[in-house]
Amino acid sequence: MIRADNLQKTFGKVTAIRDVSLRAEDGRITGLLGPNGAGKSTTLRILYTVLKPDAGDALIDGVSAIRDSLEARRRMGVLSHGAGIYPNLTARENILYFGALHGLSSAERASRAAELIELLEMEEFADRIAKGFSQGQRIKTALARAIVHRPRNVLLDEPTNGLDVMAVRTLRKLLLRLREQGHCLLFSSHVMQEVGALCDEVVVIAHGRVVASGTPDDVRTRTGESNLEDAFMRLIGTGEGLAPWSSDGAVGEGGPSGDGLG
Amino acid sequence: MMRPILTVFVKEFRENLRDKRTLLSALILGPLLGPALFAFALSLSIEHGATSGDRPTALAVSHADRAPNLMAFLHQYGVDLQPIDVDDAGARADIRSHRHTLVMVVTAEFGKQLGSGEPAPLLLYADSSDTSNGRGLSRVRVLLEQYGVLIARLRVTARGIDPLVLSPIVVQNVDVATPSSRSVVFLGTLSYLILVTMLMGGMYLAIDTTAGERERGSLEALLTVPVKRQQLIYGKIVATCAYMTLSLSVTVTAYSIALRFVGLEQFGMTVNFGPLVALRVIAFCLPLVPLGAALMTIVAAFTRTYREAQTYLGLVLLVPTMPLVFAGMLGLRPTAPLMAVPSLSQHFLITSLLRDEPISAAFLALSVIATLAVGTVLMLIAGRLYDREALLG
Repeated sequence: MIRADNLQKTFGKVTAIRDVSLRAEDGRITGLLGPNGAGKSTTLRILYTVLKPDAGDALIDGVSAIRDSLEARRRMGVLSHGAGIYPNLTARENILYFGALHGLSSAERASRAAELIELLEMEEFADRIAKGFSQGQRIKTALARAIVHRPRNVLLDEPTNGLDVMAVRTLRKLLLRLREQGHCLLFSSHVMQEVGALCDEVVVIAHGRVVASGTPDDVRTRTGESNLEDAFMRLIGTGEGLAPWSSDGAVGEGGPSGDGLG
Repeated sequence: MMRPILTVFVKEFRENLRDKRTLLSALILGPLLGPALFAFALSLSIEHGATSGDRPTALAVSHADRAPNLMAFLHQYGVDLQPIDVDDAGARADIRSHRHTLVMVVTAEFGKQLGSGEPAPLLLYADSSDTSNGRGLSRVRVLLEQYGVLIARLRVTARGIDPLVLSPIVVQNVDVATPSSRSVVFLGTLSYLILVTMLMGGMYLAIDTTAGERERGSLEALLTVPVKRQQLIYGKIVATCAYMTLSLSVTVTAYSIALRFVGLEQFGMTVNFGPLVALRVIAFCLPLVPLGAALMTIVAAFTRTYREAQTYLGLVLLVPTMPLVFAGMLGLRPTAPLMAVPSLSQHFLITSLLRDEPISAAFLALSVIATLAVGTVLMLIAGRLYDREALLG
């Protein structure tokens, strides 16, 4: 379970998030939706311990990500923005490296890597140097790397960015499977259709604040709009920065980002 | 505590072994090309020195018939006399056009004034900015002076005075340079080249550790593993150290071999750079490795991109070599305070080894301890920097 309590973060003079509270339960997929620069990445980065908030607390299975960040990190897997992997290592070596850093024995990480390679259908490129990988291959590698230690909580920052249809389907299948196994899944997106189709819970962020949360149906009902897109437009005040849907998923994080981090 | 550091080290070492750019700069270009070029340049300059020393000095003389005795004297001492016929302007033109490098004009009054015991004028034309004739000019000057002294002696003898009164002082040069110490003049730049090559060997890793990881987007994922950030950076610094050590070993070995092919012996010099000395040079430089690795990592941590890091690290390469330049300019000799200066102390140690001089154990200990101490402080700073949020850029 992931919980954020009144998180606040400023970068210099820019306030990235003012007061963000959210809960992501086990066995559910929670979507963090908002336009570019709304504070999604900042919120996730605080949750996965690379940023410290100015105020508020973040709890991973009850462990504070701020005061006991090492223990919190053990309990989560992270697919960070951009999903950078090591270009001179093979996909398998990328996974093994993170397994080792998570303290798995060499036998454990070898069998776990083999398991993930099969699960994510990576056999074809698993032992190739990652230098020439497609975006889909990179994301799969990064994803396998993120869950090598079987974390209960999985955080994903814009996981579908730049993915083709096939890769999006694989990712979606994996998320649903992890949900079945009782994992807590939290991912950010600015693609509404994706959130609507996949999420059990939605947290809508705009201008550094949570403006709505609940099931997609709740959000629709509360705003009095029958269509999710209209509901978001009403909540956010403008449609700017929100992508309706794109079949190839090629929605970049373009334009200036308000939180200074993109 | 040690396991994550080891994990990071093994991964960095292996990954960079597959990186052509790192391999090229750490193990091939710097460490091997440097010694080859150095030996080539050295043997070229030695060859040049040898040939110009053997060549007889050429002197173009106008109106040689006005001073036949002088001409006979110069000829006797191996000066290659070339009779020409020019005036003042002609002599200047000849020098400027490089037709002759040295021109002497015997003046019309030379014979008469010499006969009457007055100073007899000779004109010697040369271009002092042209280094190729430096040897010839000084040789002709010395010969002319000797000729003058010879005549003076004859004159005082003719007047019944002992010619020894003309030599109140006799100076004898005693050269105590050993063959090894003489070659150090040539090898003065060697310690500089060794230290720079050693630093270059770790440069790409130091950049990759911070700016590179950030640019590739892999840094953020790395920071979410349950390992202290300091341990991550220490593992990376250890990998940087490993590559620097490789560079250092390869380049010192290469110098040791390459210098055997340089004919220093024909000048009575020996290069004291056998396998044992090479090993000691490597050992004495080793304490500088962690210092250099930490320093480069710190600078790279402040840069935003790979390219920017490359620019700044190019400048950082100069920092540890600055003391060497000062030592060379000021002619510094090893003293206790100076042996506590990292890189300078290594320079002194290398120079002493090559000169075949005894090395004081206290100086050696001072060098090792001071260098390691500064390196430790820089490592701690690097660890601190990796803890900053701004690291993410």
